[in-house]
Amino acid sequence: MSEPQRLIEIKGLRRWYTMGGEVVNALQDVSFRIDYGEFVAIIGPSGSGKSTLMNMLGCLDVPNEGSYFLDGQEVGRLSENRLAKIRNEKIGFIFQGFNLLPRLTALENVELPLIYRGVPGKQRREMARSSLEKVGLGERMNHRPAELSGGQQQRVAIARALAGNPPVLLADEPTGALDSKTGKEIMDMMKLLNSQGHTIILITHDLDIAKQAKRVIRIQDGRIIEDRGNEP
Amino acid sequence: MNLAQALKMAWKSIRQNKMRSFLTMLGIIIGVAAVISLVSVGQGATAKVTEQVQGLGTNLITINIMGRGATTSLSYEESMSYAATPGVQAVSPVINGRVTAKNGTANESVSIEGITPEYESVRNFHVQDGRFLLPLDIDYLQKVALIGVTTAQNLFGTENPVGKKVMLNGQSYQIVGLLEQKGSTLGGSNDDKILIPITSAERLLRNKGVQSIYIQTTSADNVALVKSELEAQLDKKFRGLTTAYSVFDQEDMLSTMTSISSTMTMALAGIAGISLLVGGIGIMNIMLVSVSERTREIGIRKAIGARKRDILTQFLIESVVLAGLGGVLGIGIGVGGGSLISRFTGMTVSTSWSVVTVAFTFSLCIGVIFGLLPANKAAKLRPIDALRTD
Repeated sequence: MSEPQRLIEIKGLRRWYTMGGEVVNALQDVSFRIDYGEFVAIIGPSGSGKSTLMNMLGCLDVPNEGSYFLDGQEVGRLSENRLAKIRNEKIGFIFQGFNLLPRLTALENVELPLIYRGVPGKQRREMARSSLEKVGLGERMNHRPAELSGGQQQRVAIARALAGNPPVLLADEPTGALDSKTGKEIMDMMKLLNSQGHTIILITHDLDIAKQAKRVIRIQDGRIIEDRGNEP
Repeated sequence: MNLAQALKMAWKSIRQNKMRSFLTMLGIIIGVAAVISLVSVGQGATAKVTEQVQGLGTNLITINIMGRGATTSLSYEESMSYAATPGVQAVSPVINGRVTAKNGTANESVSIEGITPEYESVRNFHVQDGRFLLPLDIDYLQKVALIGVTTAQNLFGTENPVGKKVMLNGQSYQIVGLLEQKGSTLGGSNDDKILIPITSAERLLRNKGVQSIYIQTTSADNVALVKSELEAQLDKKFRGLTTAYSVFDQEDMLSTMTSISSTMTMALAGIAGISLLVGGIGIMNIMLVSVSERTREIGIRKAIGARKRDILTQFLIESVVLAGLGGVLGIGIGVGGGSLISRFTGMTVSTSWSVVTVAFTFSLCIGVIFGLLPANKAAKLRPIDALRTD
């Protein structure tokens, strides 16, 4: 098939909040589509609505208006439990602050989404192990997050996102809490994963990071102001 | 997420906070231990009373004669006529009094009972040495006596009293038998008394009327029938003055005794139950703190696919495991405490499985009830809000 397969399609998305009696428009009429295998950076200054957009894309929040198709399914109107299932199966989250559970070992952290999916123990450990090996942490599976460096922790988080083999990886400022050298390592890993066929959506405010993606969507005041491919 | 997984998670989180978990459980531990040891003591008392009453025989009817007017008006001969009542196996009339018993310089005031030979079978009270009273002793007003072990000790020390003489209110009686040791019942000591023929007692105490009649029926089934028949006869005899006599069977006595001790047991259990409830509130308190402490963890779990139900189960199981563990420790302490109480105070303590089961089930229920609110609070958190908190 020469036509690229559609992974995400957003049309006329709006999200507003009421804060102290005033209506704040976080997203106004946002529309775009992302195909399988893309590496997209969504960039914008703080307050631009990119966090709201990331919550929508990650099915952590639902829009007030507009439609959101993910992997062929309309997810904008689903119940909380159905959304949890979508998050579990379709989305791999990578957060700025890693968001690992401090009391669990690396392996147990990676197993967590598989536990909620109901994967039986033995198979689960196997999947988690291979995921950790993929990010180069095969040797440190039984360490707790506190015993790992920032870069290693983020790699555990990436392994956790990869473990369930979701169609899309959603990374929110993945290098934000890392020094530039480690940040570069993580970005290299992202690029590697993309070259292996994973779809990646990267949310950032850093232009240098955004430049490394194949496509950049620029957002400001709740609207998309630019959407273009990066020259290689 | 399955139950085994949830249990494992709960166990992990409890182990991570050992001190806090222990302190949280302490309320439940104390509550369950209190319930078990107090109820055991109460049930032990009930069992002891029941055993004592049943030891007297379940086919026993007791008549107490208070008398009409100044004189007691049921003679020994009249009382023996009740033996003709259908269903009656044996009649044992008793005249009581107190006399001064003397052996040389040793003397003391003892309670004395004038009895017939039927006393032995009806009251199930035998001699350990010598012989019991014989019909001949009654007919010929023999001055012979049976002596209780405590009285024997007081009057004769370590000597065997059988064959010795004892002075009762100045009259010389020969001791023909030493009674077996019976211990105390609710009526007082059974070992501190002297038994003599009822005919001799009438003279010694200058009293023609019997105070109590023990009647043994042919079987436990016709006790009620015989009892009403006797009541009818007594009613006739005392011309309807119901305060002149009282008739009761072991059943009546048993139910009075057990209702007293079971009320006591319930009261103890109630007090202990309140402390269990307080323990439950302690669990709820800590679980609420734990939920707010772990808001971020809940957010992460939800972001990667935990449903409301998964979070609810996780926290609920944690509180149930806390309560259940407290329950198990409490059972251990309660059972141990009960046996310590019985060892050091000599009280009868009986721990029944039903109390242990009820106490454990109750503590689990407390875990569920007081865990619901915090677990629900955790489950209702929205992932974006939860992820935002530090």
